Amino acid sequence: MNGVSARRLLAIVKKESLQIVRDPSTLIVAFVLPVALLFLFAFAVSLDVRRVPLGVVLECDSEAAQAMAASFAGSRYFRVTPARDRREVAAQVVAGRLRGYVVIPQDFDRRLRSSDAALVQVVTDGGQPMLANFVANYARAAATATLSERRDGAGAGGIVLQPRFWFNPELESRRALVPGAIAIVMTMIGVLLTALVVAREWERGTMEGLLSTPVTLIELLVGKLLPYFALGMLATAITATLAVTLFGVPMRGSALTLFVAAAVFMFPALSQGVLISVVARNQFTASQVAMISAFLPTFLLSGFLFEIAAMPAPLRFISYFVPARYFIAILQTVFLVGDVWSLILPQLAAIFALGALLFLAARSRLKKNLER
Amino acid sequence: MDSAGVTLDNVSKRFGAVEALHDVSARILPGRLTGLVGPDGAGKTTLMRLMAGLLTPSAGEISVCGFDTVREQARIADLTGYMPQRFGLYEDLTVLENMRLYAALRELPEGEQADAFARLLAFTRLEPFTERLAGKLSGGMKQKLGLACALMAQPRVLLLDEPGVGVDPLSRQDLWRMVRELTREGMTVVWSTAYLDEAEQCEAVLLCNGGRLAFDGPPGELTARLAGRAFRLANPRGDRRALLTRLVQLPEVSDGVIQGSAIRVVVREGAALDGVCALAHAADSEAEPVAPCFEDAFVDMLGGGPGGVSLLAERMPTVTLDAGAAVRCERLTRRFGDFVAAENVDFAVTPGEIFGLLGPNGAGKSTTFKMLCGLLKPSAGMAQVAGIDLARAASDAKSRLGYMAQKFSLYGLLSVRQNLEFSAGVYGLSGAEKKARVAEMVETFDLGPFLDAAPAELALGYRQRLALSCALMHRPPVLFLDEPTSGVDPVTRREFWTHINGLVRKGVTVLVTTHFMDEAEYCDRIALMVRGRVIALDTPDALKARAASAQSPTPTMEEAFIALIRASEKAEAQP
Repeated sequence: MNGVSARRLLAIVKKESLQIVRDPSTLIVAFVLPVALLFLFAFAVSLDVRRVPLGVVLECDSEAAQAMAASFAGSRYFRVTPARDRREVAAQVVAGRLRGYVVIPQDFDRRLRSSDAALVQVVTDGGQPMLANFVANYARAAATATLSERRDGAGAGGIVLQPRFWFNPELESRRALVPGAIAIVMTMIGVLLTALVVAREWERGTMEGLLSTPVTLIELLVGKLLPYFALGMLATAITATLAVTLFGVPMRGSALTLFVAAAVFMFPALSQGVLISVVARNQFTASQVAMISAFLPTFLLSGFLFEIAAMPAPLRFISYFVPARYFIAILQTVFLVGDVWSLILPQLAAIFALGALLFLAARSRLKKNLER
Repeated sequence: MDSAGVTLDNVSKRFGAVEALHDVSARILPGRLTGLVGPDGAGKTTLMRLMAGLLTPSAGEISVCGFDTVREQARIADLTGYMPQRFGLYEDLTVLENMRLYAALRELPEGEQADAFARLLAFTRLEPFTERLAGKLSGGMKQKLGLACALMAQPRVLLLDEPGVGVDPLSRQDLWRMVRELTREGMTVVWSTAYLDEAEQCEAVLLCNGGRLAFDGPPGELTARLAGRAFRLANPRGDRRALLTRLVQLPEVSDGVIQGSAIRVVVREGAALDGVCALAHAADSEAEPVAPCFEDAFVDMLGGGPGGVSLLAERMPTVTLDAGAAVRCERLTRRFGDFVAAENVDFAVTPGEIFGLLGPNGAGKSTTFKMLCGLLKPSAGMAQVAGIDLARAASDAKSRLGYMAQKFSLYGLLSVRQNLEFSAGVYGLSGAEKKARVAEMVETFDLGPFLDAAPAELALGYRQRLALSCALMHRPPVLFLDEPTSGVDPVTRREFWTHINGLVRKGVTVLVTTHFMDEAEYCDRIALMVRGRVIALDTPDALKARAASAQSPTPTMEEAFIALIRASEKAEAQP
């Protein structure tokens, strides 16, 4: 057997880099796509309640009721349409102009004094199940605040519950989502791009030429993957910089930790890309398989958008095999908490183990000939 | 000791249920040019890949320079240069970048690189193009670059898989020159080809057919078997296609083809010539003995040609065209950006004529063809089919023409019946007429047993019949054929041309594009296209006569082609 030759390895790296630089589609996937995704996650996809159009029906003119209505109107969570009669706003909910309405009833003062009666009536669009809860809770919180103010004024003391949210005090979903976007971008570059470029070699017949030379499989693999590794790290740097400077995501850990984690995460991603292209051998199938086996799980099963603990058991089980699950946990730790190695190391180990699994699978399928 | 050659011992190769090669044993001698010859699907590429160590034989052993291709695969990569059939280099890298990559992969010592590059670039005449992207090279230059990369680090065995495909005759001549030079230096070269005429240029030939080795030896040995059995009837009076039909129906004639205005026949071993001579005399011609060619020998080995009557043509009603010309184009031009693919193309095809568009890849044949079929809008100029202007009534014109794409391509996911019904429907047949027409085609071509099969499962001969029936479903007076028989085995090709000859006798007009010289011989007239322009338009014999010189008084079609291209280039160079 030929040993690994640095010259051949470098030649492959150089060839691959030239191709990346000359192929606009590769550069689009590597640089334009991450930025687009980041903007999408930062602005369009938001799990926060903000400026929700809401009707507030004031049926009572007492001071407390006025204060209640004002606390809705003054909130940044709602865009309030005031009304005196519920019929005015009910029609607008049906028409879709409002998401719901709150009725501050005539006997609001009495309800405020009693502890068991509901404070206000909340009617919301059934298509927004979270909203009803949110509005009801907000009303109760606002009422409690109003009440305690008065009691303070009256010199009366009460037990006040003051929630404090750690790590993301404003509970902005952007702060949790943008680090997740980095995982998505790296999956795209690592898996999709790699799967495409190797499949392209099969499709265009250039693989046949390569395989007929003394190049070894290891040289071929490493030489092909190194440039994409670099591309992935570059994209991470860009995305992280944008996240911190433009979107105000805090960076409580160190950049070094981020890059170590990203580098480890590239291992399963690149291996999966190679595995796909070895099996698929044409670009169309490769891209479909990459979408279904890498992009979708990263998006849906990594805990990035949806809480893993809330998933049914089979999906929870599958999520253990999604490298992004561990990577997103690390990213959220690095961005929002800091370099907590006791949290990061086990996740890194899991990513590495999955990477080794995928690499061995790819290696065993890759042969230095054209046999299937 | 033939340590620099290739030895094949009982080699078989299966892909699933398909046996691509069956029990092939042969020795390829060192320092020689060996042709691996056979039609498409004969197993040539499989054998090439086996020798390059890229496939593992299912049975048997192969050794290259004394090394086993499976156990010592790494050594094979060092010792062989392999040029795959498809361009195996990077189109987005320049000529020089591709060469540097292969120099590194083949570990050409860096000190020798400058010398080696200079030598290879001079050898392939690629020096002026070192900075050009490989994707922007012509077909011929791509093959030369492929050759240069395969020759990096001086392999002892060079494997070239169909290097002549898609290459203009000038570059092809160049490739042969280079390969001969290499064998003179002691290299073992294997050149695979579907062009049987190329076999005669090789020192030794492995002839493959249907995965089996049909012949192994010098090409002269095979053609010698036919000595005294090949004859040529020059300029017969009357319809030479009718005469050919009568000739091949004679029991003593094993094979016959049209060759320009002449007919070439091969008689069976020991047969009397009386019948042939009688027919020749009746047509004021003479059966003069000629040297047999490799293709004659191959057809003879396969049991002779297919006979001469086309049932299809017999059933087809005679077509009459009122238009003066079946196809006419005037100053037809097509530009893609600032590239002129076809420039001022002028010709008129008379009804009942076989008209060929001949030229290398990229000459503008397909562009012209597509404009005539209404698939592409001309940038300027006029095109008419059956008297109908394509610019004004494209769909009317389309209903008067039949089109057969390259190599009998059909819808693979439809069954034979569905293919027939689809093409009937797409040409506007319906109801009882459609049923009757499909049934007629099925009966004519014996397709009954295969109606539910997929086209790919059919033997090539049946696939060809099906493709032809689909194109002729609406009985068009004009038929367009795009490289109908390149790479097809000679017997299937003869059967195809029997149908076409029959159709022409019924008044159908046929247009053929091809870069295959054999197909050109079947044409009444040929328009020779180079770089978007028609540089010559005449009968095959007249074209050959124009290229005749003192050194070669009877040039082949290919030699004529090369001479005419050279002449036009010279004329262009002078202002």
